[in-house]
Amino acid sequence: MSSIDRISRREFLKRTGQAGGGMVLALSVTTACQPAAETTIPMQTSDGSSIAANVYVNIRDDGIVEIYCHRSEMGQGIRTCLPQVIADELEADWDKVKLIQALGDEKYGSQNTDGSTSIRRQFDMLRKAGASAREMLITAAAGVWQVSVDECVARDHAIHHESSGRSLGYGELVAHAADIEVPEDPVFKSPDDYKYIGKSMDNIDGLAMSTGQANYGIDTTLPNMLYASIERCPAYGGSVKSLDSTAARAVAGVIDVISMPEPTSPPFFNPLGGVAVLASNTWSAQQGRAALEIEWDLGPNAQYDSEKYREELMASCCKEGTSVLNRGDAEAGFVAAESTHSAEYYAPHLAQAPMEPPAATAQMNEDGSCDVWSCTQNPQSVQETVAGVLGIEKEQVHAYVTLLGGGFGRKSKGDFAAEAAWLARATGRPVHVTWTREDDIRHGYYHSVSAQHLKAGMDENGTVTSWLHRSAFPSIGSTFSPDSTGPGGFELGLGLVDNPYAIPNMRLETGDAKAYIRIGWLRSVCNVYHAFAVGSFVDELAHLAGEDPKDYLLALLGPARKIDPADDGAEYGNYGQSLETHPIDTGRIAAVLEKVAEMAGWGRELPEGHGLGIAVHRSFLTTVGTVAEVSVDDAGKLRVHELWTAIDAGRVINPDRVTAQMEGAGIFGMSLTMHGEITAKNGAVVQGNFDTYPVVRMNEAPTEINVHIMDVDAPPGGVGEPGVPPVAPAIVNAYFAASGNRVRELPLRNAGLS
Amino acid sequence: MAIEININGSAHSLDVDPKMPLLWAIRDLAGLTGTKFGCGKALCGACTVHIDGQPVRSCSYPVSAAVGKQITTIEGLSEDGSHPVQEAWRQLNVPQCGYCQSGQIMTAVALLERNPNPTDADIDTAMSGNICRCGTYTRIRKAIHLAAEGQS
Repeated sequence: MSSIDRISRREFLKRTGQAGGGMVLALSVTTACQPAAETTIPMQTSDGSSIAANVYVNIRDDGIVEIYCHRSEMGQGIRTCLPQVIADELEADWDKVKLIQALGDEKYGSQNTDGSTSIRRQFDMLRKAGASAREMLITAAAGVWQVSVDECVARDHAIHHESSGRSLGYGELVAHAADIEVPEDPVFKSPDDYKYIGKSMDNIDGLAMSTGQANYGIDTTLPNMLYASIERCPAYGGSVKSLDSTAARAVAGVIDVISMPEPTSPPFFNPLGGVAVLASNTWSAQQGRAALEIEWDLGPNAQYDSEKYREELMASCCKEGTSVLNRGDAEAGFVAAESTHSAEYYAPHLAQAPMEPPAATAQMNEDGSCDVWSCTQNPQSVQETVAGVLGIEKEQVHAYVTLLGGGFGRKSKGDFAAEAAWLARATGRPVHVTWTREDDIRHGYYHSVSAQHLKAGMDENGTVTSWLHRSAFPSIGSTFSPDSTGPGGFELGLGLVDNPYAIPNMRLETGDAKAYIRIGWLRSVCNVYHAFAVGSFVDELAHLAGEDPKDYLLALLGPARKIDPADDGAEYGNYGQSLETHPIDTGRIAAVLEKVAEMAGWGRELPEGHGLGIAVHRSFLTTVGTVAEVSVDDAGKLRVHELWTAIDAGRVINPDRVTAQMEGAGIFGMSLTMHGEITAKNGAVVQGNFDTYPVVRMNEAPTEINVHIMDVDAPPGGVGEPGVPPVAPAIVNAYFAASGNRVRELPLRNAGLS
Repeated sequence: MAIEININGSAHSLDVDPKMPLLWAIRDLAGLTGTKFGCGKALCGACTVHIDGQPVRSCSYPVSAAVGKQITTIEGLSEDGSHPVQEAWRQLNVPQCGYCQSGQIMTAVALLERNPNPTDADIDTAMSGNICRCGTYTRIRKAIHLAAEGQS
């Protein structure tokens, strides 16, 4: 590739190109919209003592089935759920399954663990991996016994010939399966026969995680390793004007001070520049770093002030924007309406703040290749980013994946892995880079700040006849494209154009917004602020109409039907999957709403000062409804007493892990509702640690987060993200019910409520 | 200068700056990585260890202050993960990413040692210094109650 062209808003494909800094990069703008098909399974290979039926399954002659987990574990449970699927189709004994974490390698298909994709997009591929290995073993056994394959069945880690009572264990069949072709189209098991799929298998890493034996990105140690801490320019895109490292070098334990390569514009996933201090331990590196004397050229974004920017953004959402969906004639609808209501909503930048900050370790090998261990959500992207920074081939980067101490989208970007690789080459020694919490909060890929304008026109019965929603926010596209001017592409499908409401006149628009800091995805991405605004606004309309918010929502959803935003001129990717298999089905959305209302005892008499709020949102092909019960204490502080959540994710693999994701999404959603805010002055992020960027703690956690998984016979939807979006509107609506006060800005801390 | 400290019953002689936070001495020099770094300012509890049985944020505790005392890390809580709190954690599948759980477990163990039958309010007070970004709080509460039942 000789040039990187502007990433089209109309394209959702993985892009490869060359940046201005001469670094070869491959970009996954978002997996939310990559093509869905990932079902190619390579043929088997044998080394005599084992058979690799495909890249995911290796059967050893001692009977152990090795399953390669090519997705990253960050708390969502994929290291448990992925082998559940494969082992079930393989009829393997769970106790004889050994899980191996795969390196980054395109032979596995997409390893980009974001977009809540692992199961929803790869369920069939994983089933095929297990089923094809099962059929291969059946063929091998039938050959040994000289019987028809139809007479053989797989069960309990063995193939059985029922009529003769013979059986051969999987380990015993290794010697007989070496030349057997792996079937291209194996027959899947009937769901009625599932042993592991749909069962709450225990967390496969539970013992390691409860004994301190689990290894994260921060835990990699290599002989002769240096520990690095990097001082980066406070403003994105700035550079070192002058450096005096004398005092830093005098700190005990400090071994070297190295200037990092200049940051690129746009940022991609490249390192941010700055100055690295390398030492014999982390503390010395941090002490040496504190002693650096650096004068910065703050660069092109030094003027960024989030307070001023807020005014720009509000102005942008309040003037005519770019139309992205048109149904009927919204403007004529407003003219004809009996009454109208409009409101603006604002939500700030957020940082993902995983408990484990970014951390990576790298070493160069004599052949010019590089080994890098990192807590990455996307090891193939690490290969690409590291290869670009080092000027080597992607295949020369061996990207090992550790456990992730949380990810939430931050660890999709391999900038920290590239820092370690750069320093390993510069020093000729293994280098471990650990970001401080302040590094993580101040040098992130931030969730977009957003401003939205909504307007509704009602007829004499209070029925909504016309709807305008305009959304302005700096785009994730700005991380890849220098001329990004605002929302685009897949972002519009995250809660804007997939509006499910039965309103005859609808106009959806975007407003311009430039980016001055690095923008990235955060758990459920644009759905966070779109669900907040839409979920709040419909609640406002319900109260204006004097109706029950749940009944009002059901009426607004209209009759059960399937929606295609393209019918109204929108570009809509449906998270990269077909609307046939994963429809926007208002009947299923209504069912979720009814269920969560029932769970919460919607309409019941509440203690004085308490309020219930409700919201529902479909994202990542899954619908989640949330009810919050809140009260305001005498000091005016909001307390979330309890949350109820109903989820329709189609077929689920592990109900307990789905429940855990909903519980966690409740807390994550509460954090961004109550506390979360990143601001900037003079281009620099103001917050630095959990004192200035607070998150929900135990004393704020609800007494209970009740979860119900809808029993729906449909292909799997996503699970990791969709629990987050309805939380903010449910809480804000509950606060209105309790107090009569409407808050249209997050976080509620700014309204004095936390 | 060499500093002698005792971690999980083993003596360690470490050549470190006495001001180095115990966390980094445990992780980088003693090589015990179960104790985690999360904030560096005693704000998140990921680095919690016991010093003479008391829960301490090791990221903000100088290594020199631990001389002559018994340091217990998650690795020293039990040989095989059989401490009642660890078992309760597994029984309820508390961990999601797991990163903060060493600190959560160490704080919970200290709570139960001084209060074998805590109320929800006791748990909230004791555990609010430990952040879990995955949001496992409601399961942690239940696991502490479960461990309390198991110990009684």
